[in-house]
Amino acid sequence: MVRDTSQEEPAIRFQDVNKSFGDHVVLDQLNFTVNKGDRVTLIGPSGSGKTTILRLVMTLEELTGGYIFIDGQPLTHDLRDGRRVELKEKHRNEVRKRIGMVFQQFNLFPNMTVIENIIEAPVHVLKVPKSQAITRARELLDKVGLADKEHAHPLELSGGQQQRVAIARALAMDPEILLLDEVTSALDPEIVGEVLEVLREVARTTDITMLIVTHEMQFARDVSNRVLMFDSGSIVEEASPEVMFTQPTEQRTRDFLAAVLGD
Amino acid sequence: MSEHLIKLRDAWPQILDGIGITLVLTVGGAALALVVAIALGLLARFDNILLRGTARVFIEFFRGTSLVVQLFWLYFVLPRFGVELSAIAVGIFALGLNYGAYGAEVVRGSLNSVPAGQWEATTALSLSRTQRMWRVIFPQAWALMIPSLTNLLIQLLKGTAIVSIIAMADLTFMIDKLRQDTDTFFAYTVGLLLYFALASLLTLGMNALEIRAKHKLGRGDSLRSALSFSSSASRAGKGVA
Ligand SMILES: Nc1ncnc2c1ncn2[C@@H]1O[C@H](COP(=O)(O)OP(=O)(O)OP(=O)(O)O)[C@@H](O)[C@H]1O
Ligand SMILES: [Mg+2]
Repeated sequence: MVRDTSQEEPAIRFQDVNKSFGDHVVLDQLNFTVNKGDRVTLIGPSGSGKTTILRLVMTLEELTGGYIFIDGQPLTHDLRDGRRVELKEKHRNEVRKRIGMVFQQFNLFPNMTVIENIIEAPVHVLKVPKSQAITRARELLDKVGLADKEHAHPLELSGGQQQRVAIARALAMDPEILLLDEVTSALDPEIVGEVLEVLREVARTTDITMLIVTHEMQFARDVSNRVLMFDSGSIVEEASPEVMFTQPTEQRTRDFLAAVLGD
Repeated sequence: MSEHLIKLRDAWPQILDGIGITLVLTVGGAALALVVAIALGLLARFDNILLRGTARVFIEFFRGTSLVVQLFWLYFVLPRFGVELSAIAVGIFALGLNYGAYGAEVVRGSLNSVPAGQWEATTALSLSRTQRMWRVIFPQAWALMIPSLTNLLIQLLKGTAIVSIIAMADLTFMIDKLRQDTDTFFAYTVGLLLYFALASLLTLGMNALEIRAKHKLGRGDSLRSALSFSSSASRAGKGVA
């Protein structure tokens, strides 16, 4: 009570996390923490559980066992009097406000224009005055290079443009944590660069904690300070990007990197 | 034949009254049906077994019992419980509940076919359940449900003819009166044409709604340009730009 402990809490903490789909165990007793301001990239073969981890943090999947803490606060479950209890939707929604996510398929709302997409949650969830939300949305559109598109409909935009709007939409909520799941995988190769450039800029100019899943290894090297290599739902190896991409210790990491880097 | 046309001209004001009643039944029934369809369609998607179960029983009951029997029940049985409704109210209630139950399935199906990614994006933005439904999901489902709702509306229009059996002077009733003054072939042909004209009007209106709903989702022309003859020119222009 005397001490302010918020400074010491990690942004994200997984404690004994289990996740199964039916009897298929995807994550088994997973423990890891992400500190505030960290940019952590998750790598690993298909099916190793990377997307599942991000979706658990965004509460898009229900935990099978264990706990996730966001800035020290339990996200969906808590331990009370020795019992694991499920937390209410209202609580989840409060914690969720600190987290933003950008999806592989953009998921912009087609019934709204670009700027309406961006101000929707600030106005209706954070109750920011509309004029203020619009000013901020315009700043963000400018930042992602789409200042002239505010009245466009999402479907009139290219994939790369839609994804940049989606990034602006997530940033408009001022998230403490940003989750990026293969955000360039649905894009044509020649427009991957414009989206990654925007994300590099976000990484440079903010202190948002980022949890990133990507196959763009150069991007991972540029923005992240930690890389976690997953296989079958557990962490095989953890290192800085320099070490992970040049001299990994584990054979499984070397095999995986050889396969994705194509040599 | 020309005598028949004179009879038709004489009967025309009455036929117009009949069309008026048919339209009141159609519009009233459709409005109630839409409310019932949305309410039941939403309830049928709840996790809560009690709410979902209630909705399902209601839907199956009104789909499974015939409109005629529902009509008779409301008209002849309900008064015994002290609830006496006018014939037109009975007609609107029966049509609204019956077609609303069919519509509920359309609403539920359309909500389910909005892509999962849209629901997930609303969660990622922390929208409340109500905001999620009314600001994001329903407007998209609406465009999907209009074609099926149009079918139901046309069926409802035709269903109003049944209401003439509880002594309502609707279009079918007036056509039957015309038959007594002319002949079967003439009167029922007029009837066919008039119902067809009404159905066409309703379909046109619904198509306009659909174009508007799709345009709001960024698909297809605006209603204005779809209606104007210059639409093809402006579309070609857009392609170049
Ligand atoms: N909704 C689901 N139902 C059943 N199984 C699922 C579901 N979602 C994921 N899985 C399974 O969980 C495992 C982990 O999936 P996940 O999507 O997290 O992997 P990933 O590491 O992101 O893979 P990729 O690199 O292909 O995206 C896979 O075996 C997958 O088949
Ligand atoms: Mg994945």
